[in-house]
Amino acid sequence: MQNHTAVSKSFEKSESHSAATTTTATTRAKVEVRNLNFYYGGFHALKSISLDIPEKKVTAFIGPSGCGKSTLLRTFNKMYALYPEQRAEGEILLDGENLLTSRQDVSLLRAKIGMVFQKPTPFPMSIYDNIAFGVRLFERLSRPQMDERVEWALRKAALWNEVKDKLPQTGTSLSGGQQQRLCIARGIAVRPEVILFDEPCSALDPISTSKIEELIEELKADFTVAIVTHNMQQAARVSDYTAYMYLGEMIEFGETDQIFIKPARKETEDYITGRFG
Amino acid sequence: MSSGDHSSKQYDVELEQMRSRILHMGGLVESQLRLALEAFEKADVTLADGAIEADRRVNELEIELDRLVNHVIARRQPTAGDLRMIMGVAKAIVDIERIGDEASKIARSVKWLRDKGGNFRLNRIPDIRACGDIAHTMFRRSLDAFARLDAQAAAAIIKDDAGVDERFRAILRQLVTFMMEDPRAISAAIDVVWAAKAIERIGDHAKNIAEHVIFVAQGADVRHTSPDEVERTVAQGR
Repeated sequence: MQNHTAVSKSFEKSESHSAATTTTATTRAKVEVRNLNFYYGGFHALKSISLDIPEKKVTAFIGPSGCGKSTLLRTFNKMYALYPEQRAEGEILLDGENLLTSRQDVSLLRAKIGMVFQKPTPFPMSIYDNIAFGVRLFERLSRPQMDERVEWALRKAALWNEVKDKLPQTGTSLSGGQQQRLCIARGIAVRPEVILFDEPCSALDPISTSKIEELIEELKADFTVAIVTHNMQQAARVSDYTAYMYLGEMIEFGETDQIFIKPARKETEDYITGRFG
Repeated sequence: MSSGDHSSKQYDVELEQMRSRILHMGGLVESQLRLALEAFEKADVTLADGAIEADRRVNELEIELDRLVNHVIARRQPTAGDLRMIMGVAKAIVDIERIGDEASKIARSVKWLRDKGGNFRLNRIPDIRACGDIAHTMFRRSLDAFARLDAQAAAAIIKDDAGVDERFRAILRQLVTFMMEDPRAISAAIDVVWAAKAIERIGDHAKNIAEHVIFVAQGADVRHTSPDEVERTVAQGR
């Protein structure tokens, strides 16, 4: 990993350049959802959803079970395309391009829009290969460049110090919290633009949870983040914007402080104050 | 604000307990203030002692309520209307307790006047009585507005504070005149200035409580804005 410094500097440079260009419009929409409807066969799961997910911010989706928040998240990287009976109508624009009608290869799309799931899903291979596997699909890197990328991703995921001496060990040997950070590192390694988190901490203990939350805070410097969580306090802690969904509808979307201090809709107030049900 | 019950009944109990305790504390301070103003007008040391003594119970209640607020924040992580209510209570506790302190100061000035052999004309300046009445009424109405979370009533209280300030300036002018006419009155006049200043501060604290009511009821922060602006904000938030 001798080239580490040089490569990482050039990468940081390009990042800081892109950060500078976005500061003029700090809340530019990275993903624009327009009149999105989603069906599981005959079941109408998302009803005319429209919202803008701001670039390099954290957007949280909250709501009771079955409200459609995970369904919405999964439309962003076309996870539903695996199931023929599921379909989406409307528009999801990533930097202006409609993902739903795009002919872009879904695996390329998922490299741009990465996802972290509820349960950590490390591949049954070494920690190093868990990261390198996805990168190899999209880029041809020399060994030193790959070493560099693996270290960069593990550092970004706040895992490097814990695993740097055991990279050849299997990913499944790590603790739950470490496995989840490994999955985040794997997602980051392909340099996505958007990272989707679907209940990333629900299987983790409080200390691992706080590490992931801290990580999410750091990730937004480089990536646009969307997170689905059952834990309202977590949404309040980590997000800049919060969307409250109920029965497939977007009830309220706004800045997190506004939603948690003075929500505009009574339904939102009832849910976040625990007067629901 | 939402008025329904929480899924957690215990949470409802705790919030209700907080609301009733602060109104109880407000009630105690209100009678303490009434006693202090009466003691001042009559230059009655016994009444003054009663007002000073009442402050002890108010201080105990302040500590008890603070503990309750900490408990609810730590256990419940309140949000939205609940969060605003708890913030409103936490801030109103301070203002109510300070009103209690100011009432004690008024009562103490009676004792100073007596100790110095006193000039019992000065404490009967009509403007002091009028100023005390306005401040006392503002405080009582701010407690009513808190109990009912009535933002409009709160906005009206904020408007009345200018009256207290104006009377206070009038009292000062009169006291200065007395002091110029008769330098022997200076010592007593200064005691009366302290009492008048305490009354003026009570008006400010009542105004603060009214501002907290507007924040709890409507989520609008109206501090450091003019009374007319407050009225407009409250009308929009209805």
